[in-house]
Formats: sequence, structure tokens, C-alpha cells
Amino acid sequence: MTTEELEKKFQERIDAEEKIEAKDWMPADYRKTLIRQISQHAHSEVVGMLPEGNWVTRAPNLKRKAILLAKIQDEAGHGLYLYSAAETLGVERTDLIDDLNSGKAKYSSIFNYPALTWADMGAVGWLVDGAAIMNQVALCRTSYGPYARAMVRICKEESFHQRQGYDILLTLSKGNDAQKRMCQDAINRWWWPSLMMFGPPDANSPHSAQSLKWKIKRVSNDELRQRFVDMTIPQCNILGMTLPDPKLVWNQDRGHHDFGEIDWVEFNNVLKGNGPCNKERLEARLNAHNEGAWVREAAMVHAEKRARKIA
Amino acid sequence: MKNWPLFEIFIRSKNGLDHRHVGSLHATDAKMAIENARDVYTRRMEGVSIWVVESKLITASDPGEAEALFEPAEDKIYRHPTFYDLPDELKHM
Ligand SMILES: [Fe+2]
Ligand SMILES: [Fe+2]
Repeated sequence: MTTEELEKKFQERIDAEEKIEAKDWMPADYRKTLIRQISQHAHSEVVGMLPEGNWVTRAPNLKRKAILLAKIQDEAGHGLYLYSAAETLGVERTDLIDDLNSGKAKYSSIFNYPALTWADMGAVGWLVDGAAIMNQVALCRTSYGPYARAMVRICKEESFHQRQGYDILLTLSKGNDAQKRMCQDAINRWWWPSLMMFGPPDANSPHSAQSLKWKIKRVSNDELRQRFVDMTIPQCNILGMTLPDPKLVWNQDRGHHDFGEIDWVEFNNVLKGNGPCNKERLEARLNAHNEGAWVREAAMVHAEKRARKIA
Repeated sequence: MKNWPLFEIFIRSKNGLDHRHVGSLHATDAKMAIENARDVYTRRMEGVSIWVVESKLITASDPGEAEALFEPAEDKIYRHPTFYDLPDELKHM
């Protein structure tokens, strides 16, 4: 078969909602897009542990500390599921991690913002994990089988993340004035970056159309963002807090909330590496990687020694 | 340093059920693969037993040969009970 015929057959399979599996024929660009998207997603899970790691030793009590640790451990697992899914496409995890450590690969910009107070653990769980869930639920139907299965597994674990975050804010919102202020301040700082998590507007999203056609992506950036806004407002009302957007208003005609203009200059700036914590995050990753090198080597030598003994 | 070997992980979710493929992970050997699989795939009581096997030891059928392998079953519908049109009086067969 010619490449054209193969591509046509491939698209027919996609249109029929068939899942593509690792050993199936696929266009080179489909493979490339998936490797980029899945590895970026994996990197985001891993770097995403850092802002929260900052608060493990300072959680207000043992219960909160245990919960936070469990949440962070889940994120490490999500990274692993995703690296494994990427590896089915013929890349090696070590190479992907090298790309992260060298700064060549991207991860979600949201993690370049600092977690300044304990309330940030609440806002991150509620808004950042909430936005991630919105995106990941849609990806459970992505056309590449191993990616879709990883997403299903991740989504099962995510709802605990959002609920524990909301629970932190709910507690603060019922606290004293200082705690209420802390709660509102965290929401104010995380709201706009959370909206940016869905990526640039559809009109400026160059790869989106092809990804939607291949059903790698199932729902557009703007639509997911709108769903997130609509879902979050009533949740914010229950907290008795406000969202930092004076233009937020119900639009009867659209059946959705209108909201203000997102600062895409800031988004691009953080993406380019100039966010408040880009440098710190990468350094933390590099340190962990380098300081763990001897453990990885020793474990391998130990396993080889044991194998020789058994043989 | 290159990757540790890749292992495929199978979990039995409950006694009485089959082990099911859940994903893969890297480990230095099978023992570590089981320990890591415990941490990654059974943190919420998802399993009562774990199998691990090094990925390179699995032989998979070739998707290109799927037709040759699986199509011959398609025209043998008489292998299904619904193929047989039997009288209504005949209950429970
Ligand atoms: Fe996650
Ligand atoms: Fe999460």
C-alpha cells in the first residue's frame, strides 16, 4: 500500500472511533504529535509535585500532611503512566527526561507560579487539578489506546485531588478574618493562570485542527475553558469567595458565563521561561535527578549481582 | 545510564478474577518490579496479586496479520448458540 492509501485507511479507522494501538501503522506526524503531547503531559505531572512539595513539612496538621503526601504520590504515578504510554511509541524514558532537564521539553506553565501560603494548597487542588481534570476527562476518549487508558486511570485518582483542595479552602473560608483573606488571596492568584492551562484561544492554536481531526484532542481549548468557568462559579459561591474578574457575568443568550480577556502576553512570557519560578523548578528537577544517579546505578549493580548468584 | 528494563504489570483485582494488564514500569529486576507495581497500581486496594514479566519476553501477534489470523472465525457463525432457530416451546437450552 502507498502512504496515501495507508493514511486514508488510518483516518477511516479514526472516524469510526477505532482506537489505535502501539504496533498499528500510523502517520509519522501522528506519532510525533503524540510523543510531544504525552511527554509534556508527563513532565507536567512530575514538575507539578514541586509547588506542593514546598508545603509537606509545613502542613497545619498530620491529617493534612498525610493527604498532601498521598496526592503528591499520585502525581508521581501519573507521570509514570504517561511516560509508559509515550514509550509505547518507540521513545525511551531516559531521553524524555533528558529533554525535560535540558529545558528542551515543555511542561505546563502553571507550575512556574509559586505556592506562597497554605491556602495555595487548597487553590491548587481546587483550580489547577480542577482544570487538569476538565482536560483529562476529555482525553479519556483520545484515539491512541495507551494514552486513553492512562487517562482513565488518572481521572479515577484526580477527583480526590480536587476535593481535598476544596476542603482546605472550605475550612479556611469558615475561619477567622486572616484565614478568609488568605483563602481569597490564593484564589485571586491562581484563577487566571488556571484559565491559561487550557492553552491559547482556538484561533491562535496552530496544531489544534489536525489534533482534533486525528481525535488526539477531543474538545477545543476554548470549549474546555468555558466549561471550567461555568463549573467553577457556583463552587466559588459556596465558599463565599469571589473570582478576580469584574467581567464575569451570566450570558442568557449563550447559556454560559462571559469572562474577561486573558493576559496572553503573560502566558507567553512564562512559557518562554520568564515566569516567577521557571529557573527554580528546573534546578529542583536537575538536583533530584543528579543526586539520585548513584541510587539508580547501585540498584542496577545489585540486581545484576543477585541474578549472577541465582544463575 | 540507559533505562532499567521494562516490565509489563498484571493485577488480579479480586480473588476469582483473572490477572489483567494495567501498564508497565521500569525496574532493575522482577522483585523491584513487583514492589514498584505495588506502589503504583495498588494504592487504593486495586489488587490482591501481581504478575510482572519483562516486556521483551512477550511475543505479540502482528497487526498486519490480523486478517489472516482472525478473519477465518467470521464465517463460522454456527459456532454461536444464536445460530440455531429452535421452537419457542423449547425453554432453557
Ligand atoms: Fe495528575
Ligand atoms: Fe492531580
